[in-house]
Amino acid sequence: MNRHEKLMELPTQRQPVKFYQTGTFTVGNRLLPENLRSVQADIGRTNSLNSGHRACQGCGEALGARYAIDAAMRATDNQLVAVNATGCLEVFSTPYPETSWQIPWIHSLFGNAAAVASGVAAAQRVRGRPHVRVVAQGGDGGTTDIGFGCLSGMFERNDDVLYICYDNEAYMNTGVQRSSATPPGARTATTPALGREPGNVSGTGKNVPLIAMAHRIPYVATASVANLHDLELKVTTAMEFHGARYIHIHVPCPLGWGSLPADTIRIARLAVESGLFPLFEARDGHVSARTPIRRKVAVDEYLKLQKRFAHLFASPAGRERIALIQATADRNIEEFGLLEDEATRG
Amino acid sequence: MLKQIEGSRAVAEAIALCRPQVICAYPITPQTHIVEGVGEMVKSGELTNCEFINVESEFAALSVAIGASAAGARTYTATSSQGLLFMAEAVYNASGLGLPIVMTIGTRAIGAPINIWNDHSDSMSMRDAGWIQLFAETNQEALDLHIQAFRLAEELSCPVMVCMDGFILTHAYDRVDMPTQAQVDAYLPPFEPRQVLDPSEPVTIGAMVGPEAFTEVRYLAHHKQLRALALIPKLSAEFVAQFGRESGGLVRTYRSDDAETIVVALGSVIGTVKEVIDAMRDDGIAIGCVSICSFRPFPLAVLREALERAKRVVVLEKCLAVGLGGIVSDGVRKALSGIMLKGYTVIAGLGGRAITMSSLRQLFDDARADELEQVTFLDLNADIVAGELERETTLRRSGPTAEAILRRLGTVASRIA
Repeated sequence: MNRHEKLMELPTQRQPVKFYQTGTFTVGNRLLPENLRSVQADIGRTNSLNSGHRACQGCGEALGARYAIDAAMRATDNQLVAVNATGCLEVFSTPYPETSWQIPWIHSLFGNAAAVASGVAAAQRVRGRPHVRVVAQGGDGGTTDIGFGCLSGMFERNDDVLYICYDNEAYMNTGVQRSSATPPGARTATTPALGREPGNVSGTGKNVPLIAMAHRIPYVATASVANLHDLELKVTTAMEFHGARYIHIHVPCPLGWGSLPADTIRIARLAVESGLFPLFEARDGHVSARTPIRRKVAVDEYLKLQKRFAHLFASPAGRERIALIQATADRNIEEFGLLEDEATRG
Repeated sequence: MLKQIEGSRAVAEAIALCRPQVICAYPITPQTHIVEGVGEMVKSGELTNCEFINVESEFAALSVAIGASAAGARTYTATSSQGLLFMAEAVYNASGLGLPIVMTIGTRAIGAPINIWNDHSDSMSMRDAGWIQLFAETNQEALDLHIQAFRLAEELSCPVMVCMDGFILTHAYDRVDMPTQAQVDAYLPPFEPRQVLDPSEPVTIGAMVGPEAFTEVRYLAHHKQLRALALIPKLSAEFVAQFGRESGGLVRTYRSDDAETIVVALGSVIGTVKEVIDAMRDDGIAIGCVSICSFRPFPLAVLREALERAKRVVVLEKCLAVGLGGIVSDGVRKALSGIMLKGYTVIAGLGGRAITMSSLRQLFDDARADELEQVTFLDLNADIVAGELERETTLRRSGPTAEAILRRLGTVASRIA
């Protein structure tokens, strides 16, 4: 089944779409056939993460989680169990005695979601229910930092789990502290914009999708809430595989990033279009598909919408660090061949 | 069937008879032979319908167990010492979620200084984690307690630790009576979870609970343990009926009915204590002992009944509450509150130091003469301690005590700096 055929498989009961988003590069929905358009409300949507939860306005994680888990439910005919790491998603969705989840869902600890999911998957096998599939999900702190050991163990054993990381680039639930996914220069509560090197250090970074690929697991992908079709498709694809799978979703956080709630999609798109967050898929450790950048933008466009980077624009030293961030974006574009199509077209 | 096998092997075979569905394994001395044993049985096909998962840490071991148990599988793991501490967060989580996981603790000291030998510091560090803790006296009892543990755990929706002394039991070859599969099946019905992760009946497990309900949740955890005080003797009695031998229960008494001096202890040291008591009884001395099998829940009422007629109680502990004394003594004092009798805490067998019959005889004689300190360290090398304390008065040196002692003694390795 090719990509287009797969898209055609998505539910067809859609309400007529009104297109009113302006000021971004968004043209997708308007140009797609009716049955391929993404919509918020849909009679066929499971709304795995139901309304009434307590996420902030403009929360990228809430949007990403709902689309990801809805897609996983469709792909598994609702035979899905979710395991959640501690974090925003867990806290805003399950304030006792309420829950937003429409699926069997368990939260154990901050750093063990991947391991708990391995256990749930093992129980399905041994109880003769292999059709029940397992998704684990966590933020970047629960994935790239404290849950990293369990994540790597789950990968290495190739346990039958799809792990989804919603990356908002810091510990937002505890009040915006730095994680290993926080970008260089970003201001957080533990990397204040003070001193000789304000904001987060310019370290080597920690690219967990590439680390996941190094485990040679069957499927790894990155996705963005700026491209929900692509996100849904990647989750759908992931559920076609058995074994360990990993999807890393870039989810802006208005609170932590100091951005307008209305700019969440715009910022997510700029991260992709600047090359800072490349969208790709990898199978068995090799990149198998990438989403080309339609119109490359400078990282300034992405950074300037976020107060966490404001200090970088205020000094010559900050400008130099922006140049380093631009170099990272350019390197991503080159390494992943994100402008290849354009280059081929001349 | 009678067998002469290693304690760990006996437990592994007993676990297999309990038809576990998910077993998580991570090596740490001295429990390793147990998971090796069950792993071998899964690999060979002797134990079927069981997932044996080699994980990357103890934290993952218990986390995988949490997921498996919440999804309805009968789940087992084992650990010791540092491993139990490394999984501490998950230990509290498993009981908070009411998951009937059974875990063997091959009890061992906690470092630093690193020490692989037996005492009770590891399991007792988790005494308030909401797990039931049963201590085995012999390999036979260790084997039997695991069969009872699954019943207990699943009836109460509460995880159970079976604590067996590292090396002393885990590595000792001893005769055990291995039950048949039919006997175990008759005693232990299949696991039927009350709340399970199932797409046909979605539930949210592990929600965030605030001040409005947290106290009630904790009270119910306490209440569950109080219910276990009634259930443990009942399951032990049923065990006698099914298997024809006594194992488990809350406490066991030995020659204590008319005893003026009663020794309280847990685990394998009871065997040695009984031998000393027999010898002293031969000399006409009224001494007996009470062994605690159920450390959590702590059996206050039955202990009081067993101890209240004595003149003095000696609590022999393989664990030290630094800055306080004994952990078991605390519970015993509570059991005896309002009763004026002499109570002594004896810290013994730390880090695997042998508890010998001659030391115990001297200790019990001193106790009878009421010549014991409130807290006594059995067989403490007074010279080493005095030397170190004296040095500290003249030379202040930060850092590890063990290495400071070595330096003073002048061993080769300590002369480097």
